[in-house]
Amino acid sequence: MSTKQEDIDVSVWRGDPHSGNYENFKVPAQESQTILDVISWIQQNQDATLSYRFACRVGMCGSCAMMVNGIPRWTCRTHLNKVLNGNKLVVAPLRNLPVIKDLVTDMDPFFDKWIAAEGLHHPSKTRLDPIEEIEPKSIGRVEIDTGIECINCSICYAACDTVTNNSDYLGPAALQRAWTVYNDVKDADKQTVLDAVSGDGGCLNCHSQGSCSVHCPNDLNPMNAIAGLKRATVASLFSRKG
Amino acid sequence: MALALTEPDRLDGFLSWTDTPIVKLAEFGLVFLLAVHFFGGLRLMALEFFPWSTSQKTLAALAIASAFLVATIFFLQVI
Amino acid sequence: MNIRLYVLQRITALIMAPLTLGHIAVMIYAVQDGLSASEILGRTQGSIIWFLFYGTFVVAVSIHAAIGVRVIVSETFKFVGFTLDAFAWFVLLAMLFMGGRAVLAVTLL
Repeated sequence: MSTKQEDIDVSVWRGDPHSGNYENFKVPAQESQTILDVISWIQQNQDATLSYRFACRVGMCGSCAMMVNGIPRWTCRTHLNKVLNGNKLVVAPLRNLPVIKDLVTDMDPFFDKWIAAEGLHHPSKTRLDPIEEIEPKSIGRVEIDTGIECINCSICYAACDTVTNNSDYLGPAALQRAWTVYNDVKDADKQTVLDAVSGDGGCLNCHSQGSCSVHCPNDLNPMNAIAGLKRATVASLFSRKG
Repeated sequence: MALALTEPDRLDGFLSWTDTPIVKLAEFGLVFLLAVHFFGGLRLMALEFFPWSTSQKTLAALAIASAFLVATIFFLQVI
Repeated sequence: MNIRLYVLQRITALIMAPLTLGHIAVMIYAVQDGLSASEILGRTQGSIIWFLFYGTFVVAVSIHAAIGVRVIVSETFKFVGFTLDAFAWFVLLAMLFMGGRAVLAVTLL
């Protein structure tokens, strides 16, 4: 019989849109477990009323994102032994989003801003035209590739201090998506994209602190994309002036 | 500074008051913070306006900072 | 933050980069062997060059600082609308006044 490993002290935020507090649980330590394992164990064995989100549990969907010891992470891809603080773990809902219950946040503001940043394709051809050939190594396509793998997990949005301090700010994910549309030669309306990202809540608010790029689990670089949008905005200002 | 013209004795009094170690320390702190703000600003503008890679930008920043340090030390020696 | 403020902030920063270096060099030189009112005036009085150098500096700093502080108070204290604009204008005008007065006093007046 192996010696009993110490229990872990887990502090989980519980509450609703109006109020909440941290509740403590003791979770048996396992050889190898993720934060999602820990949260699931609590819900299955200690408190069935704990609400949390997950889906694929293999790091593909981004649904399980939460604040783990103050850092936004995918809980299914975060090993407990990598983040344990002494024997303590603190899990809270993603920052910068309204809370629905416990660890579940309302993703509506995130998606509303995604749309507001005009990250949508504006068609330039019909189905009767020949397919546009895009050279994979072209500058525009390489730029798009650096940002296209976004799965909308909202970790960058949670990490961004400017999102916290400026409720109008569209946020790194939405702006990065707009940048990928802007670089698409097939897109027919780049000016609308530029207008959307250079307004009050737009790319110009970014301080280039870089938390988004540091914490993106897909290794994307929204900070760079936003810098590109800033360049495009300034260039358009001077070219419009003549 | 306008006191230099209107009440030079008062300005001289103030200037000799500033000749104390605590003021010198504060001035050092201020210049240090200014330097941080200055180089941070240059870094920010390089980040925003040059589509360089991350390592290129870090190297550029290091190069400029080192050059500045060398130039300052030289300047302090020769004046 | 809009495009005008953003561009003004960047341009004044670029203008001030060489001016700041120049100012630091001047200060290091000027404080050798102590500093006095007559020493300062002896070097600067009647000088168009010093007026232009520090005059430009004062204008650039006033714009840059007013915009910079505007962003800080909007993000930290959540100033909005009229309060925000009034605060920024106040910073701009106060710095223009104080800096302008100092420059004029030691150069052209």
